[in-house]
Amino acid sequence: MVENKQQWKAWLYLSPAILLLLVFTVWPIFNTLRMAFLNGYGNMAAMGGATFQFGIDNFLKVIEYKKFLDCLKTTAILCVATVPISTTLALLIAVALNSIKPLQKTLQTIFFLPYVTNSIAIGMVFATMFNIVGYNPAEGIADTWGIINNVIEFFGGQPISWINQGSTYTANIAVMIVYIVWNALPFKILILLGGLQSINKQYYDAAKVDGTPKARVLTRITIPLLSPMLAYVIITGFIGGFKEYSSIIGIFGEKMGPPDDAGRLNTMVGFVYDALEKDRQGLASAGALILFVIILLVTIFNNRVIKKHVHY
Amino acid sequence: MSTTTVMQERDIKQRTFIQNVFKALGKTGTYAFLLIMALIILFPFYWMIISSLKTLPEYRQAIPTFWPREIMWGNYSEAFKTANLGDLFMNTLYVGVVSTLVSLVITVLSAFAFARLEFKGKETLFGALLATMMIPGELFTITNYITVNQLNWMHTFTALIVPFLVSVFYIYLLRQNFMQIPNELYLAAKVDGTSDLKYLWKVMIPLALPTLISITILKMMGAWNSYIWPKLVANDPAHQMITNGLRNAFTDTTGQANYPVQMAAVAIVSAPLFLVFLFLRKYIMQGVSRSGIKG
Repeated sequence: MVENKQQWKAWLYLSPAILLLLVFTVWPIFNTLRMAFLNGYGNMAAMGGATFQFGIDNFLKVIEYKKFLDCLKTTAILCVATVPISTTLALLIAVALNSIKPLQKTLQTIFFLPYVTNSIAIGMVFATMFNIVGYNPAEGIADTWGIINNVIEFFGGQPISWINQGSTYTANIAVMIVYIVWNALPFKILILLGGLQSINKQYYDAAKVDGTPKARVLTRITIPLLSPMLAYVIITGFIGGFKEYSSIIGIFGEKMGPPDDAGRLNTMVGFVYDALEKDRQGLASAGALILFVIILLVTIFNNRVIKKHVHY
Repeated sequence: MSTTTVMQERDIKQRTFIQNVFKALGKTGTYAFLLIMALIILFPFYWMIISSLKTLPEYRQAIPTFWPREIMWGNYSEAFKTANLGDLFMNTLYVGVVSTLVSLVITVLSAFAFARLEFKGKETLFGALLATMMIPGELFTITNYITVNQLNWMHTFTALIVPFLVSVFYIYLLRQNFMQIPNELYLAAKVDGTSDLKYLWKVMIPLALPTLISITILKMMGAWNSYIWPKLVANDPAHQMITNGLRNAFTDTTGQANYPVQMAAVAIVSAPLFLVFLFLRKYIMQGVSRSGIKG
């Protein structure tokens, strides 16, 4: 009797969550799959009574689309460049933080600050720092080169057009890398520092007795014992990197590129949303599935590589 | 004492001296590295604040000033008006509060069922829920966009709130927390004739309060930072969220824009997040280190 009552109650308590999950999580999985395999599916047309044939046209179209390959390239470059930089920097900062006593809490708070920001709002700040104001190409003189260029000039370099008209793809990517790394540091530092603080002090004492040099302690004790956290940070970093989108909007606006070349920095997620808004849901679904498969493959690959090096 | 031991002693002394010098150098190097990195992290915030207080001519000077010569508080009121921040703030607050409250109720009830009640298929259902966490959100967004359209929810607050009420991750988090509370307490309460809801309210919720606070903060931060979904389904003035409004109000990237006012708007939007962080740092950092998600 009690058993039955519990059954009944459990389903009652779960009903709001299950109902919402069915509509907004389970149904989308099937429907997105369905749309991806219906050639040229568009919702408006479907509601108007159009029918679509089963096939893989959407996938072929996505892959043939030059824009998609550009998106894939930008996403991959950003991913491959930012994950190693931010992970290495975060590791160094975490190890340094872990080795000091005074100021540790204060510095830890400062390093966490970028996390509690709005990535679009602070992207606008970075854009201002790189922005050239009042530039006239004919005269070659600007009112303001932007603070980053001021610093470059101070050290004897030439100002660069980072995000303005006429800027190069490389310069645009450089700005994005700086911003993404700045944004990615806090989470990685938090996780790695947490890992460092849970390492048993005895290992270090033993190393001290043996007179092991510091660099060796880092490579032979700290990094191996920290490897599960490092693995976690790297994998989530890659997953996040493949979904990069709003940080680019923060810096370049919805044009996703410098004023004279809109869409230059579009990413895979951007591609999916563009197709979605243009009522080409079949194409969007195919793009999202390809993204999903890429993320899955990269994660499996990461796991393979990491498994060889991680000590649990 | 023989000469060799004296020499050895001197040797040891010298070595510890050198070691101490290296140690001091190492400490100085560590601090120098950390301080430089901290300055790099802080610089954008500093630049945002001083730029927001400059006059436009001062901002446009070829050689930048590192402290505004004349402090322009007026930029802030202008930013408030230009970006219509008052309305945006109210919209965001409404969506944030309603979705957090409803979401908490749903999460608590589900977590309770998974942690305390026995029913057929519990493990399977829980496993299936966890499996959905692996799928990237973009896959859901495409169909949800169509669903919201068909339900006639376009340009309503409902579209902004309902699709995100259930988070499998929060259910998981709270279930773990609930499971740590000994089952004997629940059975004792049952013997005393306490109802489930009363037990939840009097015992489980107070004990799981830190997790609930973390969820609340992350959920509110999520509303404050959301951009993509609101842009798709409710980008009209009456329902616009703060991030979308901010981005739309300052789209001019050609260099003619009034940057000090823009920076003032950014500072206003960033301020609440910093205040929350200042007072609830512990919960945020705890929640983040366990969830690894932004908002």
